[in-house]
Amino acid sequence: MGKDLDNTEWVIETTNLTRRFGRVVAVDGLNLAVRRGEIFGLLGPDGAGKTTTIRLLCALLIPTSGRARVAGFDTVRQAEAIKRRIGYMPQQFSLYGDLTVLENLIFFADVFEVGRREREERIARLLAFSRLEPFRNRRAAHLSGGMQKKLALACTLIHRPEILFLDEPTTGVDPVSRREFWEILTELHLEGVTLFVTTPYMDEAERCSRVALMLDGRIIACDTPDRIREQVTGHLLELRPTRVREAARALEGVPGVLEVQVYGDRLHVFVEDPQQGAEAVRETLARAGIGVDFLRPTRPRMEQAFISLIRRGR
Amino acid sequence: MGRTLTVARKELLHILRDRRALVVMFLIPVVQLFLLGYAATTDIRHLRTAVLDADRTAQSRDLIAAYRASNYFDVVAYVGSEEELAALMDRGDVRAGLLIPAGFGADVAAGRQAAVAVVIDGSDPNVANTVFAASQQVGLAHSLRLLERRVGAPTAGFTPVEVRPRVWYNPQMRSANFMIPGLVAMILFLLTSMFTALSIVRERERGTIEQLMVTPIRPIEMVVGKIVPYVGVAFFDILEVLAIAVFWFRVPIHGSLLLLLALLALSMVTSLGIGIFVSSVANTQQEAMLLVWLTILPSIFLSGFFFPIEAMPKVLQWVSYVVPLRYMLVIIRGIILKGVGLLVLTEQVVALAVFGTVIMVVAAARFRKRLG
Repeated sequence: MGKDLDNTEWVIETTNLTRRFGRVVAVDGLNLAVRRGEIFGLLGPDGAGKTTTIRLLCALLIPTSGRARVAGFDTVRQAEAIKRRIGYMPQQFSLYGDLTVLENLIFFADVFEVGRREREERIARLLAFSRLEPFRNRRAAHLSGGMQKKLALACTLIHRPEILFLDEPTTGVDPVSRREFWEILTELHLEGVTLFVTTPYMDEAERCSRVALMLDGRIIACDTPDRIREQVTGHLLELRPTRVREAARALEGVPGVLEVQVYGDRLHVFVEDPQQGAEAVRETLARAGIGVDFLRPTRPRMEQAFISLIRRGR
Repeated sequence: MGRTLTVARKELLHILRDRRALVVMFLIPVVQLFLLGYAATTDIRHLRTAVLDADRTAQSRDLIAAYRASNYFDVVAYVGSEEELAALMDRGDVRAGLLIPAGFGADVAAGRQAAVAVVIDGSDPNVANTVFAASQQVGLAHSLRLLERRVGAPTAGFTPVEVRPRVWYNPQMRSANFMIPGLVAMILFLLTSMFTALSIVRERERGTIEQLMVTPIRPIEMVVGKIVPYVGVAFFDILEVLAIAVFWFRVPIHGSLLLLLALLALSMVTSLGIGIFVSSVANTQQEAMLLVWLTILPSIFLSGFFFPIEAMPKVLQWVSYVVPLRYMLVIIRGIILKGVGLLVLTEQVVALAVFGTVIMVVAAARFRKRLG
């Protein structure tokens, strides 16, 4: 009730939500709350429990303990009421490959008992919106990965869900389609649909209203992207040494250096003080005989922030 | 109802789009029927036979001709010694041998009792039994003919007891008449349980079931919707197979076709239920296929499809009571061969109704709209 005072409506709430598979605790005492209209991002490495969380919320799995309410209904006792109000796009392609784009849309429209006239209208709109109109008679299996994702999204939108669950919607999709996909999600957000998205891509976290970082079945941070970044202590230096791995080893444990992350041919070094840190880094590498192409202070992006949080969380 | 039809329509599209499935559904039953209709026969005719004629008289040639004319024996070799005959037998080139000793013609001509030997390959008792009886019959008939010639009058009325066997239902004792109705039941059983199991497991295997589960669809709508097209296919197959049975294999249907179809529909409840049950256990199509075969194989042997149940050990006879195919066979053979009506088949109909209900309830209870 207290939550209503600040005038927000919580459409997803979990209380100590836990799910075990044998001895593995996939989701461990999860407490989450998502506001209506938010884009909520659930981030984390593979195996963190993101998919299990989504399946629990979609009433596809029974929690071992704890509970979850989605759209105001209990996921165990009122599963069917939830299913009419949500859309769920699983990680793997789950449509019928031997059916055409149009047949898939019609099938899901009919399963959700969308009236005939409305069905035509919505399908036309979804085809335009997902830019799949030219492919309406193509079999789903013959679509590109990006188009398959868009078709899957279109199928989950056919009954106008209040809340949309997307499990890694952009995994395995080319960058152009990924951006296009997020443009579609943004449009949905503007229409007032609540979006619950899991992703392993940190740059996508920037597009979320709030993000939660999941690790080993637990949430280790949950806030707006800006504040998540602020949680990371220290200043970030970016440099390109001649020998990355050696440089990273040389810098571990140097006083004033909090953390070293390797990014391809670059290093990201968290330091307590930007000036002194930069000097310490230069000195250490010079002593090790490692050249430095450039070294500059930079603002931590989501990715660095998360890696840092995960390291400290473990 | 609406959603059931939606699922059925989708399933129909799957069937129509899958060339291989279409071939399997409509061609395989025909191929099976032709293969088994010809192969699964216990009619023994034209047995490859070697003759050792040490006599070489008109009388011995007369006897050989009598054996030939019987249709049971095809004389494919004349041998000069018993060793030669044994060699042919060992290699399997011949299955029987007729040995006529020297002096046979003279004995016959003199009116003494003459003896010949018939050697039979007894590896397959079925074959041996038939040949055994046939060789005696041919010999007896030939003896009577010789007797008639000697007496100069027909022997009819001379034999003190004359047995006149009359074979009902299948007067020519064609094994096709017995096997083919059984095949219809087996094909129906196999196809419906297999198609149902595979079509549901396919959704699980491809992950499409996950998408279906977040829709308001009810399990019953999904299952019935998926079954409906296959019931259609099964009926088509039944008619196809029956048509071949009647017009190609000349198996007459003595009973009511309508009753036959109605009871086959009843049988289908059980086989569909088995399919649904299997789909709730199996995770992959291979697993499903294997499970269906594991149910079918013992069914075939315990149902009386090949071997009469009465000939089985008591324990297996009891086991056969829980084999649904057993009842299906009685029904289908009863209607096709004997032309019996519903009243005679009450026990079987009740049994199948019970089976169908139980398996459907169990299968439905296992069918949940949840993962894991």
